[in-house]
Amino acid sequence: MEPTLDLRAALRDMILARRVDTEAIALQRQGELGLWPSMLGQEGAQVGAGSALRPRDVVFPTYREHAVAWCFGVDPVQLLGLFRGTTMGGWDPAERGFQLYTLVIGAQTLHAVGYAMGIVRDGDVGTGDPDRDRAVLVFLGDGALSEGETNEAFVWAAAQNLPVVFFCQNNQWAISAPFSVQSRVPAAQRASGFGFPGVQVDGNDVAACHAATEQALAQARAGGGPTLIEAVTYRRNPHTTSDDDLRYRDAAENDHWRDLDPVDRLRTTLLESGAIDDAFLAAVAAEEQELAERLRTGCRALPVPSHDDPFLHTLHTMTPELARQRDEHLAFVAAGEEGPA
Amino acid sequence: MSTETKNQAMAHALNQALRDELDTDPKVLLVGEDIGELGGVFRVTDGLAKDFGGTRVVTSPLGEAGIVGSAIGLAMAGYRPVVEIQFDGFVFPAMNQIVTQLAKYRHRSEGRVSLPVVVRIPVGGGIGAIEHHSESPEAYFAHTPGLRVVCPSTPQEAYALMRAAIRCEDPVIFLEPKKAYWSKGPVDHAAGAAPREALDRARVAREGDALTIATYGALTATALKAADELAAEGTEVEVIDLRTIAPLDHETVVASVRRTGRLVIAHEASQSGGIGGELAARVQRDAFFELEAPVLRVTGYDTPYPASRLEEEWLPGLDRLLDACDASLAY
Repeated sequence: MEPTLDLRAALRDMILARRVDTEAIALQRQGELGLWPSMLGQEGAQVGAGSALRPRDVVFPTYREHAVAWCFGVDPVQLLGLFRGTTMGGWDPAERGFQLYTLVIGAQTLHAVGYAMGIVRDGDVGTGDPDRDRAVLVFLGDGALSEGETNEAFVWAAAQNLPVVFFCQNNQWAISAPFSVQSRVPAAQRASGFGFPGVQVDGNDVAACHAATEQALAQARAGGGPTLIEAVTYRRNPHTTSDDDLRYRDAAENDHWRDLDPVDRLRTTLLESGAIDDAFLAAVAAEEQELAERLRTGCRALPVPSHDDPFLHTLHTMTPELARQRDEHLAFVAAGEEGPA
Repeated sequence: MSTETKNQAMAHALNQALRDELDTDPKVLLVGEDIGELGGVFRVTDGLAKDFGGTRVVTSPLGEAGIVGSAIGLAMAGYRPVVEIQFDGFVFPAMNQIVTQLAKYRHRSEGRVSLPVVVRIPVGGGIGAIEHHSESPEAYFAHTPGLRVVCPSTPQEAYALMRAAIRCEDPVIFLEPKKAYWSKGPVDHAAGAAPREALDRARVAREGDALTIATYGALTATALKAADELAAEGTEVEVIDLRTIAPLDHETVVASVRRTGRLVIAHEASQSGGIGGELAARVQRDAFFELEAPVLRVTGYDTPYPASRLEEEWLPGLDRLLDACDASLAY
């Protein structure tokens, strides 16, 4: 099967998604966000995977899939709410099939498996109708390979031959723990022990990531079961804006990976082949500026939820005791707003 | 669907409730260890795989986190999974999925996404079981906002509440008292599911005006025995079956205490941090001036659940409950 990636579009997506990341870091430095998990260096893996999705596919992300969200049409401003403290979610997961970010490592792998069970029961696998067949793409990091829940997800997916693709971005570091702490073998090799294919790709090669994901998703949609993809890449920034990565790794290692940067690499290739020119890059740069502006104003304009909100969305119907607690809280807040008597 | 009233054991009533919901709603499915051919270790799902097939009644791999985690994904995909945890002491590998994921998603999605998942767990002691097979983990769940915790006391309650739990939009931890699995009672199948409000309300199991006993699950039968004994002495005790532990319907208890002036709370779970403390706090908040005696608790002790040769004395039983009632009445 021939990959269908439009390399010019992929480059544009990578550049714009990187700008989302850069602006978010700046917003965090300005005190507008409490925290930001940067994906710098992982644009190739994420755009490669994200561009292989079809609208009816469903994505279960961790908390670092900003470029996948971009590819799947999630408003990047909405990515900021969780980190700004205006929401615990940020977007409607049912609207696009891009589920909420999951902070507990590996928990989403099982949700993906359950969703895939639902797809099978809906009869939306292996019909041969491209408008009907669906699959689930779930993201995990190298650290998640050590979680029991991830391994349970592998067991489930294999036993039930589920239409789920596990996309592991091996960015080498689970906060300060290197990959060697997680595994003696490449992540992709784990899959064979569970009885499904594992594929290792260069995570900084967007075309390779796209091809591997497209093939795995096609297989899943056709009823061919799960695949584990290991995209070998590198997280060039600290784990989050709160992390100090120079405590646990050498700057020289980072320099090495900077030279393998997925964005630079594709830009150079496309310039050399004449597929893009300076005018293309200037147009993308102008889009970047617009995007940055939208992120800055959009972030500050994110609505602060009402004090009522958590009470309304705890259970489907509010219980009398919770209603009492809500009234007490709202009265307390209102008194504070009136100032001292 | 069965339509007549039958004298039925709780396990059979639960089986019928699951059967009737599987019949009613094609989105309902059951998932758990050994629930298919075997019918579960307590046979609550007996015959369901045969009648509904392996895609509706799914024998899962052995993994509690996987059972609950995949149920979350199924619910996201529009299904209504009812999952079985084999024993109370085995739920803890699934606690992450229950506490950090299942309970939180409605809030995280700002009410856009419901996770109508029922987690069935056989609970409690008194059946001579070995380690990890007699636990009472309800307070862990009740402490987690976003979950409902239900514990029926009779076959009728089990039938009606299970059907209501499956129809509920919230995640429900459905605790099935093992000791009551094989005790029989009339079950009116024609009554169908309990109204959703039943999941918010306690039930007055016996009326009285001298003292209130509040309890739930298998201990409700013990409390009714205590009430019988006290009635023989001329003391009419009100017995309230809390029925749901979260939300906790303290209002029904408060209304009772306002009449009786006395409250004894009984549960098998150990005392500290238990449901009894929460109920006692709310009752003294709302009925402080009506109380004639301090609120007393009869509970399991703050020890690990003991070896089964010791459980009869360790568990709150008829004698300890009567002692507590006497102490309350002596004020």
